[in-house]
Amino acid sequence: MKLGILVNEGPYTHQASDTAYQFVKAALEKGHEIFRVFFYHDGVNNGTRLTAPPQDDRNMVRCWSELAEKYKLDLVVCVAAAQRRGLLDANEAKRHGKNTDNIAPGFRISGLGQLIETGIQADRLVVFGD
Amino acid sequence: MGEGASGVVKKFMYVNRKAPYGTIYALESLEVVLIGAAFEQDVSLAFIDDGVYQLAKGQDTKGLGVKNFSPTFRALEDYDVTKLYVARASLEDRGLTTEDLVVPVQVVDEQEMAEIMDGQDVILSF
Repeated sequence: MKLGILVNEGPYTHQASDTAYQFVKAALEKGHEIFRVFFYHDGVNNGTRLTAPPQDDRNMVRCWSELAEKYKLDLVVCVAAAQRRGLLDANEAKRHGKNTDNIAPGFRISGLGQLIETGIQADRLVVFGD
Repeated sequence: MGEGASGVVKKFMYVNRKAPYGTIYALESLEVVLIGAAFEQDVSLAFIDDGVYQLAKGQDTKGLGVKNFSPTFRALEDYDVTKLYVARASLEDRGLTTEDLVVPVQVVDEQEMAEIMDGQDVILSF
């Protein structure tokens, strides 16, 4: 199956990101295809390079970055939601006159059209939220 | 007919269960609907539980310092988004009737709502 994933909450505060990650991992191991993982609302915070969780706990951002690299996943952070919450790539930072960017490896920032496209192209869109 | 990527038209439903203010889900959900309109899919919106308040007339948000975005629901018609389903029990539990809402809606009971949802291809819940 070709699956689309929507993650609506940030790491740690809600379990949504963990569950989505475990689901994606299991689906890939079973041979399914992940068309795209789209991060909306606070979900954009899964893409921050500046996370520094305690050493004895899972590093959610790194989990996603490494999974993306291993399986060539398309992790997309919604630009509008990201702007509100201060998640920027180099382009966005320049555009808004900020002195740094903070997006994590494996993530890219794009528009909501990418979410709609995911709904259209995937066999099923699975939503993880609160 | 619609021009989704490669001409595919799917039934998209946006499920709204949260009040318009207090959290951002309602506003950001509506932003998806507006952007999504360009993809000319078959769109419906469902309003359940506190989600019904999103459509209430007379929202005065001055004290909150946030924009009252309920007028945007009236603009949905221009985007060809006209299927708005409201859960009967959710309306009644909150002492509301369709007279209290800013746009025309279809009030449905639980069974009907379940059937409508069952017929969707894509369900986005915020």
